[in-house]
Amino acid sequence: MSKHTLSVLVENHAGVLSRVAGLFSRRGFNIDSLAVGVTENPDVSRMTIVVEGDEYIVEQVSKQLNKLVDVIKIKRLDKHESITRELSLIKVSANAATRSEIVQLVEIFRAKIVDVSKTTLTIEASGSGDKVAALEDMLKQFGIKEIVRTGTIAIERGNRIIKVTNNEEGEING
Amino acid sequence: MKLTGAEIVIECLKEQGVDTVFGFPGGAVLNIYDALYKARNEIRHILTSHEQGASHAADGYARATGRTGVCIATSGPGATNLVTGIATAYMDSVPMVAITGQVSTALLGKDSFQEVDITGITMPVTKHNYIVKDVNKLAGIMREAFRIAASGRPGPVLVDICKDVTAAYAEYERVEPAEIEYPPIGVKPAELDEAAAVINSSLKPVILSGGGVSIAGAGSEMLMLAEKAKIPVTTTLMGLGSFPGTHELFTGLVGMHGTKTSNMAVSETDLFIAIGARFSDRVISNVKRFAPSAKIMHIDIDPAEIGKNITVQYPLVGNIKEILKEICARVRPRETSEWNRKIEEWKELHPLKYDMDGSLKPHYIVQRLYELTRGDALITTEVGQNQLWAAQFYKYTKPRQFISSGGLGTMGYGLGACIGAQLGQPDKKVINIAGDGSFRMNCTELATAVEYKLPVIIAILNNRVLGMVRQWQKLFYDGRFSATTIDRATDFVALAEAFGAIGIRVTRPEEVDAAFERALASTDRPVLIDFEIDRDDKVFPIVPPGAPIDELIEG
Repeated sequence: MSKHTLSVLVENHAGVLSRVAGLFSRRGFNIDSLAVGVTENPDVSRMTIVVEGDEYIVEQVSKQLNKLVDVIKIKRLDKHESITRELSLIKVSANAATRSEIVQLVEIFRAKIVDVSKTTLTIEASGSGDKVAALEDMLKQFGIKEIVRTGTIAIERGNRIIKVTNNEEGEING
Repeated sequence: MKLTGAEIVIECLKEQGVDTVFGFPGGAVLNIYDALYKARNEIRHILTSHEQGASHAADGYARATGRTGVCIATSGPGATNLVTGIATAYMDSVPMVAITGQVSTALLGKDSFQEVDITGITMPVTKHNYIVKDVNKLAGIMREAFRIAASGRPGPVLVDICKDVTAAYAEYERVEPAEIEYPPIGVKPAELDEAAAVINSSLKPVILSGGGVSIAGAGSEMLMLAEKAKIPVTTTLMGLGSFPGTHELFTGLVGMHGTKTSNMAVSETDLFIAIGARFSDRVISNVKRFAPSAKIMHIDIDPAEIGKNITVQYPLVGNIKEILKEICARVRPRETSEWNRKIEEWKELHPLKYDMDGSLKPHYIVQRLYELTRGDALITTEVGQNQLWAAQFYKYTKPRQFISSGGLGTMGYGLGACIGAQLGQPDKKVINIAGDGSFRMNCTELATAVEYKLPVIIAILNNRVLGMVRQWQKLFYDGRFSATTIDRATDFVALAEAFGAIGIRVTRPEEVDAAFERALASTDRPVLIDFEIDRDDKVFPIVPPGAPIDELIEG
């Protein structure tokens, strides 16, 4: 099973998210992550959905999504031709003895300390899912108290854009 | 012109040419019913006994006419009572617009009286749905609902309207509905050339004609292609009537209750051409051993059906009617082949049969009905054995002639559906072939049929058991008849009379013709015929669960 990233333009209506989520659950598709936000056009939202599955699953997901009236366009993003980012907030145990070591690690990963208390440090990390996972792995030894992740968002490299009006190869129009 | 939301709803129905709606009033739709009252000379409202009956009637009306069926219910329980009917329509791609009342916008989300989130509930069983909270959006939504219901692969759309919206005023201007876009052919000439070449080079082709052929109005194109290339045709349950059941190339149903001929043909074919069908589990049974030597061609309007249940080598997505026309023009005419002779041989060796042992047989009843109506009636069914006997022993020659809940398998569907079908096709004889179990579920709609003077016939194949489940218990559960004996004291003939219908009891084969003749002569009253049959009559052939379809039990 591999992971696939779908960029989905949808009408910015109430209820669209539940239509999409409902479709995944009733058809038995697994969502790895789903992030949604409004686009440059306020009538349109963009969902980035990471799906776990084989070729059959991804094709079915795309075709079924495309049947939803509120879905405008779907594009499957090529891993090598797109930039993916995820933001995490990680609260980790810290004391006088460990604090400087954690700060060093955070620097290596180009993450940021965004909050400090006597017993904790809160770290903001962004990057590809892999990078955030690696940082998380390194922080485990200090005791992770809490993690919040946004889910992956993705955009294509170069001058290609996914818009309501244009139409490029590999896109499925709703 | 300024109109209330309720008046806008009615005007939008008129725009669409709707002259019949099915429904049941209630608090949240009082304003809509008030507007309906004022429009009663233009729109006929059929008051059913139960909202479920209204939903099935709207569905039956749509299937019998091809026009979008409309049903109306109030909020809360009114709306939830529509759900089975909406799901039934969804599974069988029936165009329907369901209008539900909703509590006022200020009361939404507060667990108000008769409040239910019907758009949430029906999300998985509608093509799309709406909740209307702004009267200014109402007309646009109504128009869009009708367009979505009827376009592409049809299906139900629900419009939930808050009560205050039905009272509020908005500017309304009549808009003529745009012609439903006739979907373009959808495939490239090269794909059509390839499809024709594949058909031309096939030695043992089989066509599976599904409900999509009827919906697309592609029956004659289907017939032309089959005749030109001499291709045997089997159908799904939904496809009955899409190809004439009397035709020499017709092999009968395929799949779980398919004929030996159809199932053997599919198991030996080198090219399986599925048209407007979706490879349901009732057709393919064991997917690994379905059409094992065949390449599969799949012609359908819905791209999501391609490759969903089975791997397809030749997908053709688009307008079935146009695609068939183009393929037909490209295929070579063919003479009767070795393959056709083999099919004929199977048909002769394995006809659908039953024993006439002097007792009253369900098969015989359906066969006589076919003969007495000269094959010209509209048949609706309930679900179970009655449905399959109706499918096997009545020969359907026209699309929209066989009306049955194929996908969802809704017991209690048939009576409502036959009411809707009769109202949509007043000049046709409409007969609901029922089982006693299914009929009892929604028999209160007899009151509706009586009220509107519908001369429908309800032929109950009464075996006093839930026959299909009992059949499975007998064949696959060592005869442990768990909860399937329903030998209640109900006297269906007396029940019919109590509702104001005519009731006839038939216990012997000699009485069948007279009963049907009397029933067929009725012009303004429904007739219920209670046929007492044996509880162990079974539907054969049957493919055991999980087996490939050529391993069928012939009985």
